[in-house]
Amino acid sequence: MPRVRGWIEVDESHCKGCGLCVAACPQDVMHLDPERLTSQGYHPAALKSEGCTGCGICAIVCPDAALTVFREVIAPQRQATAAAA
Amino acid sequence: MTTPQVQRQIVYRRPKALNDVPTHYCPGCTHGIAHRLVAEVLDEMGVIEKTIGVASVGCSVFGYNYFECDFVEAPHGRAPAMATGIKRVIPDSIVFTYQGDGDLVSIGMGEITHAAARGENITVVFINNAIYGMTGGQMAPTTLPGQKTTSSQNGRDVKRMGYPIRMSEMLATLDGASYVVRRSLHDPANIRKAKKAIRTAFEVQHQGLGFSLVELLSTCPINWGMSPVEALKWVEEHMVPVYPLGDYKVSPTVAALRIR
Ligand SMILES: Cc1ncc(C[n+]2csc(CCOP(=O)(O)OP(=O)(O)O)c2C)c(N)n1
Ligand code: SF4
Ligand code: SF4
Ligand code: SF4
Repeated sequence: MPRVRGWIEVDESHCKGCGLCVAACPQDVMHLDPERLTSQGYHPAALKSEGCTGCGICAIVCPDAALTVFREVIAPQRQATAAAA
Repeated sequence: MTTPQVQRQIVYRRPKALNDVPTHYCPGCTHGIAHRLVAEVLDEMGVIEKTIGVASVGCSVFGYNYFECDFVEAPHGRAPAMATGIKRVIPDSIVFTYQGDGDLVSIGMGEITHAAARGENITVVFINNAIYGMTGGQMAPTTLPGQKTTSSQNGRDVKRMGYPIRMSEMLATLDGASYVVRRSLHDPANIRKAKKAIRTAFEVQHQGLGFSLVELLSTCPINWGMSPVEALKWVEEHMVPVYPLGDYKVSPTVAALRIR
């Protein structure tokens, strides 16, 4: 089985700490970072733990287009897949 | 030993059709989602260079600052009239208006109705948040029965203040209208459907099929006195029953449209 790892980047010039992404994340791996303040004075969204799948749902609900979502699919080599199957 | 193959993908990135400017919208206001969806559609269709937006009066009055296309600002309610002129003079352009419910249903009721009746080949993005956002949360023609606003402090009393106007249903009765639908921005599945409708509306114009309008149920957390997340719930529980989602007018030529 290929493994999937995702991560996000938050553009702090756009994020307003509204929390819509945090509420929508199906993996519950986001929070508003209490340690950071944006130049507009908001606590920006951030990943708080492992487990992001790169599903992109946070970006779909973000009103400020502050999120870039990445995904890495790690597939075992073909030979190994064939052997496993 | 096997070396794993690593494939990196960008699942989502900010659309190019949006300027790199922070918006003035309140945190969590879904005006921003509507902007993003319009920008994504303009990117996908590759039409940003020939698009002209018409901003209205309301919170989206500064809309012209946020898109990478040309923009003009219309007097309150008059965006469809201005869009009519632009589209008729530059027929190859893609012209859209972006209007709130105060702008479109109240002072601009005449302009939108006649633009639809004339079958103007323009696209209207209509944001229904059941209130006048910009001016401090007064009652709009779209305010729900019983809804408290700064000018209906005990709740909208329909006996005295009238009933909400369902604009999509009304416009759909006009022969000139080709595509009139209502969608909502309250959760990811509905946001996806909203984007598809916006894409269809712009395609209708692109192919010269006539007047298109997408009504989007949207939030105003600040004037509703709610958190952004509570406001989304309020749309789902209170607005959708009064403003049912659906396709109110899809002309036969539009129904035959195939979009990749
Ligand atoms: C001729 C005129 N009348 C009244 C106003 C005041 N005014 C500004 S915005 C607005 C209503 C905006 O509400 P809406 O269109 O729902 O947009 P929102 O701010 O909720 O996005 C009004 C009445 C004005 N600017 N010009
Ligand atoms: S991409 Fe999906 S899993 Fe990752 S933070 Fe966003 S919503 Fe959560
Ligand atoms: S939805 Fe967007 S603006 Fe709101 S907290 Fe998340 S990243 Fe920030
Ligand atoms: S006043 Fe309401 S509609 Fe206007 S930006 Fe704020 S939340 Fe959005």
